[in-house]
Amino acid sequence: MNGIHDMGGMHGMGVVRTELDEPVFHAEWEARVFALRRAAGAWRRWNIDAMRHSVERVPPAEYLAAGYFGRQFLGFIELLIERGFVTRAEIESGRPAPGVPRLSPPLQADDVAQLVARGAPSSRATPAASRLRVGQSVRARDLNPLGHTRLPRYVRGRHGTVIRDHGVFVFPDTNAQFRGEQPQHLYGIRFGARELWGEGADARDAVYLDLWEDYLEAIG
Amino acid sequence: MAPERDEIPSDLALRVQALESLLIEKGIVDKAALDALVDTYENRIGPRNGARVVARAWVDAEYKRRLLDDASAAIAELGFTGMQGEHMVAVENTPTVHNIVVCTLCSCYPWPVLGLPPAWYKSPAYRARAVIDPRGVLRELGVHLKDDVAVRVWDSNAEVRYLVLPQRPAGTEQLNEEALARLVTRDAMVGVVRELELGEPA
Repeated sequence: MNGIHDMGGMHGMGVVRTELDEPVFHAEWEARVFALRRAAGAWRRWNIDAMRHSVERVPPAEYLAAGYFGRQFLGFIELLIERGFVTRAEIESGRPAPGVPRLSPPLQADDVAQLVARGAPSSRATPAASRLRVGQSVRARDLNPLGHTRLPRYVRGRHGTVIRDHGVFVFPDTNAQFRGEQPQHLYGIRFGARELWGEGADARDAVYLDLWEDYLEAIG
Repeated sequence: MAPERDEIPSDLALRVQALESLLIEKGIVDKAALDALVDTYENRIGPRNGARVVARAWVDAEYKRRLLDDASAAIAELGFTGMQGEHMVAVENTPTVHNIVVCTLCSCYPWPVLGLPPAWYKSPAYRARAVIDPRGVLRELGVHLKDDVAVRVWDSNAEVRYLVLPQRPAGTEQLNEEALARLVTRDAMVGVVRELELGEPA
């Protein structure tokens, strides 16, 4: 979706301010949002792409106003409802609906170290055709899907060069909608800064993205 | 402090607390597991991990070669694996190349080696500008590039996570790996710092 989250190249967002001795979490609630999303995720009722899409669907003004953990929280509530963990009535009342059985067992403290250390690789052993080779010229397709995509607006229609084949990865556009993983090759692509931003950009510079087979077409 | 943080609704803390209670009551999450997750990322996983990778690469040419060839495996050699570091690539700064990492679409970041991202990395300002005006961002953060330096911006838009391998500072020939690791800062491994200081590390 062409949402507020797709920020690359926008103007008007201000200067970058760093903070000395910054804490990991600036408030207790931020830490809880972080942990709640990870712990509930252990049920595997969603995947990382669906989780990202839940944040992208937070309305733009709220997305900006709520900050990083705030927008994660707002998206998380919708995801919990969509995946059948809670109802909106339960969110509003703060109480479980009567007669609904408790789930069991949730992620336990003893499981956390393993969950963190193992992660959840997005690469797949599934063989997939690879149409592109390192060194080849490509164009990022001009796709504007309403759903989730990891093809940012600022590269659509632009020409680049394949610099690496990362192997076969889960395709986020379908995975986010629970329509299958559609594993396909993921390529590192180099875009010259002038190709993306015009003649005002520095000719020495380049932006690199990782783009899936379905986002790309060979040229030349 | 990042500007967007100033406008956070004041009732958010209460709403998060209410949601946590509801999810615990429904058996969806366990409080001790939540505490363990917070503790892991507050106290156990952070940029000291990445600094060890960098220092090892500086003292061990074979390790550096493996790191640049297959960063996931090389970083796993030091025990740093897992969530948001499943697929790693290391990019090397040289006298004529400067690398800088961003995630324009959300705030993807290599957790096992750097911990959770700082507020500036997650800010709309950084996400918007790092790709269109990396030199401007770097200048504001005090990085002045020489004329012959090319900037490579890595937008972590997929599941590959990037670690910048900074240049080893001159005058550190006598330092051992541990002392070198103490010089390496988080911001240098994201690429918003280029020259590492020999004094007290940040």
